[in-house]
Amino acid sequence: MSWAFFTRMWREKRLGAIGGIIFLLFLLCGIFADLLAPYGMNETNLEVRLQAPSDTYWMGTDHLGRDVLSRVLIGAKLSMIVGFMAAGLATVISILIGVLSGYFGGKVDLLIQRFVDAWMTFPDLLLLIVVISIVGPGMPQIIIVLGCLYGIAGSRIVRGSVVTVRETMYTHAAQSIGATTWRILTRHIIPNVMPVVIVLFTTRVGATILAEAGLSFLGLGVPPPAPTWGSMLSGTGRTYMYLGPWLALAPGLCLTVVVYAINVYGDALRDMLDPRMRGAR
Amino acid sequence: MQAYIARRLLALIPTLFFASLIVFISMRLIPGDVIDLMLAQNDIATSQDRARIEAALGLDQPLLTQYIQWVGGVFQGDLGRSLWQNVPVTEQLAATMPITFELGLLALIIALSVAIPIGIYSAMRQDSAGDYIARSFSLLMLAVPSFWLGTLVMVFPSVWWRWSPPLEYVPFFEDPIANLSHMLVPALLLGLSMSAVTMRMTRTMMLEVLRQDYVRTARAKGLSENLMIFRHALRNGLIPVVTLIGLQAPLLIGGAVILEQIFVVPGMGLLLLEAVFQRDYPVISGIFLLVGVGVLAINLLVDLSYGFLDPKVRHQ
Amino acid sequence: MSPPLLELQDLSVSFRTDGGRVHAVNSVNLHVSSGETLAIVGESGSGKSVTALSILGLLGEAGRIDAGSILFDGENLAQLREAQMRAIRGNRISMIFQEPMTSLNPVIQVGRQVAEPLVLHRGLSWKAALVEAEGLLQQVAIPDSHGRLQEYPHQLSGGMRQRIMIAMALACSPKLIIADEPTTALDVTVQAQILALLKELTRQTGAALILITHDLGVVARYADRVAVMYGGRIMETAPAVQLYGSPRHPYTRGLMNSIPALDGDVTAELPTIDGQPPDLGNPPPGCPFAPRCRHAREACDAQVPQLEWLSEAHARACIGDG
Repeated sequence: MSWAFFTRMWREKRLGAIGGIIFLLFLLCGIFADLLAPYGMNETNLEVRLQAPSDTYWMGTDHLGRDVLSRVLIGAKLSMIVGFMAAGLATVISILIGVLSGYFGGKVDLLIQRFVDAWMTFPDLLLLIVVISIVGPGMPQIIIVLGCLYGIAGSRIVRGSVVTVRETMYTHAAQSIGATTWRILTRHIIPNVMPVVIVLFTTRVGATILAEAGLSFLGLGVPPPAPTWGSMLSGTGRTYMYLGPWLALAPGLCLTVVVYAINVYGDALRDMLDPRMRGAR
Repeated sequence: MQAYIARRLLALIPTLFFASLIVFISMRLIPGDVIDLMLAQNDIATSQDRARIEAALGLDQPLLTQYIQWVGGVFQGDLGRSLWQNVPVTEQLAATMPITFELGLLALIIALSVAIPIGIYSAMRQDSAGDYIARSFSLLMLAVPSFWLGTLVMVFPSVWWRWSPPLEYVPFFEDPIANLSHMLVPALLLGLSMSAVTMRMTRTMMLEVLRQDYVRTARAKGLSENLMIFRHALRNGLIPVVTLIGLQAPLLIGGAVILEQIFVVPGMGLLLLEAVFQRDYPVISGIFLLVGVGVLAINLLVDLSYGFLDPKVRHQ
Repeated sequence: MSPPLLELQDLSVSFRTDGGRVHAVNSVNLHVSSGETLAIVGESGSGKSVTALSILGLLGEAGRIDAGSILFDGENLAQLREAQMRAIRGNRISMIFQEPMTSLNPVIQVGRQVAEPLVLHRGLSWKAALVEAEGLLQQVAIPDSHGRLQEYPHQLSGGMRQRIMIAMALACSPKLIIADEPTTALDVTVQAQILALLKELTRQTGAALILITHDLGVVARYADRVAVMYGGRIMETAPAVQLYGSPRHPYTRGLMNSIPALDGDVTAELPTIDGQPPDLGNPPPGCPFAPRCRHAREACDAQVPQLEWLSEAHARACIGDG
């Protein structure tokens, strides 16, 4: 994103720009988590268990005396890895299916669309739970599963805009002068659906972060002792929240703020890049 | 109208077929595990036992035969038996489904009664402070994970006032008040997260409707703002919102799984989690199928009410 | 001569937009009497529709009457409260809009839409109002009026829909009917029928009719008097016959030249008025038409020309010689 684009967003969509900045801050926290974390994520010290937030432990400590701030920072790193990789994979899958279905149309389109219909009948979380229970929990599995799940669902949106572009004059013109399919796809179709794809990717980062947290909360996410935001709110830690209520705050607050920031940023992007998508979700 | 219904039903067939394939195939990816698990549990691990169990479960048949047998069973209302509880899956579903349904219905009622009035207000007072607050709130509700809200509701009232939400399930017909006071908190959380999207949609649609020429006609007739909204704008604005309810059905069920876990509601969500951890695949596939069919049925209902609400669709 | 039914005095209307205030109507004076048809002519953006909406107080939140008065039957509508205006709308003044396609509510049976003003203003029950609605549909020559009551707008043709709009407007026997481009969206053959119907009905009921149009051909046949608007101002006003016989404003003449004559040379290119209508957010200091006027002189840009009476009924806002 260029500086000029950002200043325009700052002028026209202040809230969205602020969302973008917050998102970036979380991303930086994630990237430099290991440098920023004052303690090790699994560094236990039973002498300081369940300490309220203080000068030495900004967010307090948990029942094993681990520093919550350090764990939240590493959690940011894990969330960002899952979010970006899964959303990236989802976007690639959405483009592949969307272009295949939207550009070639006909029977292929019909078949794919009925499959997507059926796929979308099942709640995201249910599919995730079942598939993860088959392949077993773990970071790579979660990224792949989330990517496939949101990729198939998102193909609808890509297909929609491919169909629109396919029917435009310049595509017809290109076809009539005998341009190859590959050329039309790469020169005309893909560039024109890019705004939609960028917005799709952005909102998917938020959605996958939220989904991973939900899975971790249910004990099906990135396995312990990795401190994901979702798992910090579940498991044995839960029983200690009544003694140390601060344990219930930080991970959930981080999740909410980062997803909120991504959502408002995504909305602003959508309004600026593609006025047709305004109000759509 | 009849032709419309018939068309909707026909369109469901391929979707149902794919849905059954998705359920079937994903279930058949598990079995290796489950037999290992059962064998380990019973301390027997000979290959004969393994073959016997496979045969008993029909897993030695070719995949196509398995699928046909499974679909045949489904049509006869036979979803198999739970591998661990040794009761028919249908029985377990019959026990848990109404509970999840109640939770979903309560959440839906809460969501609509929060979202629609606020959405209308937001549209009527576009860009006012109230509109701004409503929109910010709805954006926030989209971001906040329900399991965190659930956790907060469990922890903080208990820490501050020594009160926590009741966690004991009582059947509705035994003691409706105890039942509702247990269900209310999860339903509220589920409903609030659903209301976010509905509110945005209602606002967008009402803004769209308020720009329409027939609204100007209604004003030119001398209708008051309220009468104009209720008699002329609302019905047009809510038609798309009804569709949204159908689209949100899967979300509602997904949310129910998490909230049932937190608030110990013995519904399908809890059953599913249990089944997943035990690899009880007939239960998983049964729940899956029921959810899939349920969502499709809700969407069909939505389509039909669409036809009822929109005369243009009715006369197609 | 009795005072006119409706009289606009120095009416100015502006709208709040992102780019500042837009002055859509500036110092407009108009009047119309019972039984009379006044046509307001102009291109889009001339302020003719805004003038009509301001009479009914339907300018919306962004619009505002800055100055002037709207005297209707001895009352100044510009000063009435919203509740008082509501009692007038659809009752003593009613309006017919341009797009019958979109001006009717798609999800309500047309019978109920026609009956609604009667329930609202006359306090009739829905049942009684629907009986009257059927009579109204007969009055606007809709065949099988009883069956039509229960139909929805999308089941009717464009012409039928506009008849429904007219029936709705007539429901409470208004003293004034404002028709904003009532035929623009219709087929040519239907246009004449609708206008003839409107004219006939106002003749029967003695209501005054304000016909807003961009089509001078319509004006010639159906209007008694004409006001030509441009850039939110009245350029020329005269009895229809006089305006046609001797238009005195360059803009009016330009408009007339751009009507194809039926007996003329069909291959000849139609004369058009070059240039764009003025930007009302930033109007020119002098005559709004001056930038496009072939006769414009330096003096035209100095001051806004006032409406001057050439004869008892004919006035123009132009300092030129023509």
